[in-house]
Amino acid sequence: MGYPHPPHPRETVVLSQYFGDAEARTFDGWVKRGGYQALKKALAMTPDAIIEELKASGLRGRGGAGFPTGLKWSFMPKNDGKPHYLVCNADESEPGTFKDREIMRWTPHQLIEGCAIGAYAIGAERCYIYIRGEFTEPWKVMTAAVEEAYAKGALGGNVFGTGKRIDIVLHRGAGAYICGEETAMMNSIEGKRGNPRIKPPFPAQAGLFGMPTTINNVETLSTSSHILNRGAAWYKALCLSNPKSTGTKLFSVCGHVMRPGNYELTMGFPMKDLIHDLAGGMRPGRRLKAVIPGGSSVPIMTAEEAEGALCDYEGIVEKGSMLGSAGFIVMDDSTDIVYELRRLAKFYAHEPCAPCPTCREGTAWTTKIIQRSQRDQGKKEDLDLLLDLSDQMTGRTICVLSDSCAAPIVSGIKKFPEEFEAYLSRAKAPALAAV
Amino acid sequence: MSDLVNVTIDGVQISVPKGTPIIEAAKQAGVLVPHYCYHPSLPSPAVCRMCLVEVEKAPKLVPACVTTVADGNVIHVNNDKSKRARESVLEFLLINHPLDCPICDQAGECELQDYTFQEGRAGTRYSDYAKRYNPVEDFGPDVLYVANRCILCTRCVRFMDNVAGDAVLNVSERGDRAFIGIDPDHLLDHPWAGNVVDLCPVGSLISKDFLHKARAWDLDKTASVCTGCSQGCNTMIDTRDDVVVRLRPRPNLDVNRHFICDEGRADYRWMNRGDRIEAPLVRDGAKLTPTDWDHAVERLGALAKTARRVVILASGRASTESLGFVRRMVDGATVTAAIKVPLGPEAPLAGVPNLALRKERVPNLAGAGLLGYGAEWPAAVAAVKGADLVVVLDAVLDDADVAALAGAAAVVVIGTVDDDRLAGATLILPSTNVAEENGTFVNRDHRVQRYFQAKPAPGLARPAWWIAAEATHAARGLAAPATAAEAFAALGAMVPALAGLSYADLGHTGRVVSPTTAGAAR
Repeated sequence: MGYPHPPHPRETVVLSQYFGDAEARTFDGWVKRGGYQALKKALAMTPDAIIEELKASGLRGRGGAGFPTGLKWSFMPKNDGKPHYLVCNADESEPGTFKDREIMRWTPHQLIEGCAIGAYAIGAERCYIYIRGEFTEPWKVMTAAVEEAYAKGALGGNVFGTGKRIDIVLHRGAGAYICGEETAMMNSIEGKRGNPRIKPPFPAQAGLFGMPTTINNVETLSTSSHILNRGAAWYKALCLSNPKSTGTKLFSVCGHVMRPGNYELTMGFPMKDLIHDLAGGMRPGRRLKAVIPGGSSVPIMTAEEAEGALCDYEGIVEKGSMLGSAGFIVMDDSTDIVYELRRLAKFYAHEPCAPCPTCREGTAWTTKIIQRSQRDQGKKEDLDLLLDLSDQMTGRTICVLSDSCAAPIVSGIKKFPEEFEAYLSRAKAPALAAV
Repeated sequence: MSDLVNVTIDGVQISVPKGTPIIEAAKQAGVLVPHYCYHPSLPSPAVCRMCLVEVEKAPKLVPACVTTVADGNVIHVNNDKSKRARESVLEFLLINHPLDCPICDQAGECELQDYTFQEGRAGTRYSDYAKRYNPVEDFGPDVLYVANRCILCTRCVRFMDNVAGDAVLNVSERGDRAFIGIDPDHLLDHPWAGNVVDLCPVGSLISKDFLHKARAWDLDKTASVCTGCSQGCNTMIDTRDDVVVRLRPRPNLDVNRHFICDEGRADYRWMNRGDRIEAPLVRDGAKLTPTDWDHAVERLGALAKTARRVVILASGRASTESLGFVRRMVDGATVTAAIKVPLGPEAPLAGVPNLALRKERVPNLAGAGLLGYGAEWPAAVAAVKGADLVVVLDAVLDDADVAALAGAAAVVVIGTVDDDRLAGATLILPSTNVAEENGTFVNRDHRVQRYFQAKPAPGLARPAWWIAAEATHAARGLAAPATAAEAFAALGAMVPALAGLSYADLGHTGRVVSPTTAGAAR
């Protein structure tokens, strides 16, 4: 963790080693801690060798989809004469997720180094880092760090005297969740409205400004320097369970735990221990009720499922949800699941880009139905209606925003039906709190 | 043949070129895939989700507008799965739609209404909630935006961005609060902006000019050609009770795609003018006497036969047939023939090659040229002095032109609108305007295009070609055509470029001829 608490002994501290260490924010401080060695090493390698190293490490995308990073990089065309772009997705706006914020806040050069390595590996001379608009402090820290990196020759037209050009452009978002979707992000960087684009073409064929583009998450890119420094074999060996999930991962834990925060764990770590040991467990006298593990866009897990799950891509799928961005929203037995889902649905109703009617109207309608059930105006058929709507909202739109709204709703109804029924049968007093 | 792929759409096997979108391939199989955001003249964002269809072996439904066919595809547009998806899109679209069809101009030609009747749910499950409300916005000279009816297909935004090149519209706000916004410092006043009204699949963007004029089901539709300039955009004349109430573009991918300019769109009121000449008038001494056509054409034939020096002052709106037969009527004389060509600023539509509101604001400049009519109007007016006969073929004359007519021995007016200044003419003969006759115009690219009769002629008015041909028959015994089709076929004898062409050859989209080569060159 590193900040605000010292790391727990059971954490495997790689990315978060210098969280809370103000000196690590500066170029010199970062170099003193071993920084920029990986970039120098990378620039002496061929791009293909870097990609092979990444493939061998088993690193998978940390933004949510978990796509193998080396493979993604290898999709970029070679010697096509076009400019290539790397886009770093720092628009961390998934509810419950706050890991990228800490990376940028404490170790900006870790990200800059990772971006430079990534850019070099995919044949890009320019990398855009798209930082969430609400991230005020990370924006300031990153701005200062990029300036310093240019001044020290780590970026620019002659990186560390190798004659290679790598530029980083910081781009600040304006507060739209949908801009975290990779194709919407590209539109936003181009100065257009942040609407997702239809795929194909995929970004590696025609992405930012119509050129081959790779989009990676902050954590993914930051990890690349450690893999080059310490070797793919080291990284691959960091695995407690399924060999397809390797390395360490920052898990953001929030909600009803005694010590919320970011925990860096080796993949395959038991969720039960994360919640009850590292994060300090429930408040006194409370029991675990549910966890939404992947940020808010994935199915909700019951206490039983959560406590039996292992924290990696496969382990959580096995228990009926997804790892996503690993932002764990932990809920104890004081939680009104209906209220929580209504709050989530309201978030998703606020954020659609608009043109797909399924998403635009479906998310808003979902919110209204749940709201109605809480206000003592629910109808018996509302649960079936919600399930039917969610079914129509899954796999029907350009991007996955409407699917993301449907996933927690469907799982919430299926796993906690009694909570809905209590409202619908008027057994439970209406909740009037405005959200 | 390697460029063709074989696909099966709703059980119909067809071969289409590689790269064809499913939605277009389906048209060829006779299957309409319901859609909103897709339009063949606009880039496709695949956002309306209405055209989702099932392709066997694909993991989920695919948008037919941007998914191209692959060899062996088996596609289901009308199976349960695809229909269920459309039903749900319709249900979502109707959540915030006011259903104010009874007072909506679009009712009867509304794609939301049509598809809802076709396959939407009978009732709503969205009960007890208020609908989103936004006030009506005045977007520009002829366009109102009724936000409440909008389904956010974004056709209008894409037309202004990608075709007009004047990005004044956008999607504003997010989620179900979204609406079409307009740049607060601009109006929707691009010379082609009115097309957003036609593009809008619902009654959200509506024409002020057409507002509350007619219900769609009261309209009769007639294929025509715009008379506004030499571009020759294909149009549809909408009439209600024989009154022209609206002009809209008619698709012709080679001329105007799916668009017409605002000036052309507004250029129809003259077709309804009431101050018309309704009977042939012949001069008996000091006064003009109404008469029948037998007598009138006899008088005209006699004048034409004896005249040695003739001037024809014609309108550029006259049909090729009329120009041809009026010219033939005075064969044998020394003829100066010209049409009047008003000029105006050119206004191109940026996104479509070779499409503009042209400087020359007449539809048949090229047709007149083929038939020996010049555009040197002042020279033709000057030639009036000392002429035996001047034929005014529906031309709009200014006072100087009218004064010049006094220098001619005889003046014959074949025209539509009654003009007191021409009361000194020998003969005043009522002719039909473009909405009242069948005919052709030749556009600036020498495309010969037909237009059709949209309403009956007033009184005894006849097409000018008929009047001239009957006069020639009376005086010289030459056979007169009975129909516009016969008249057009006979033009081939006068103009080699038109030889061998018939109305059937022209079809609804016209045919390009070569002004220098005999016969139908292409």
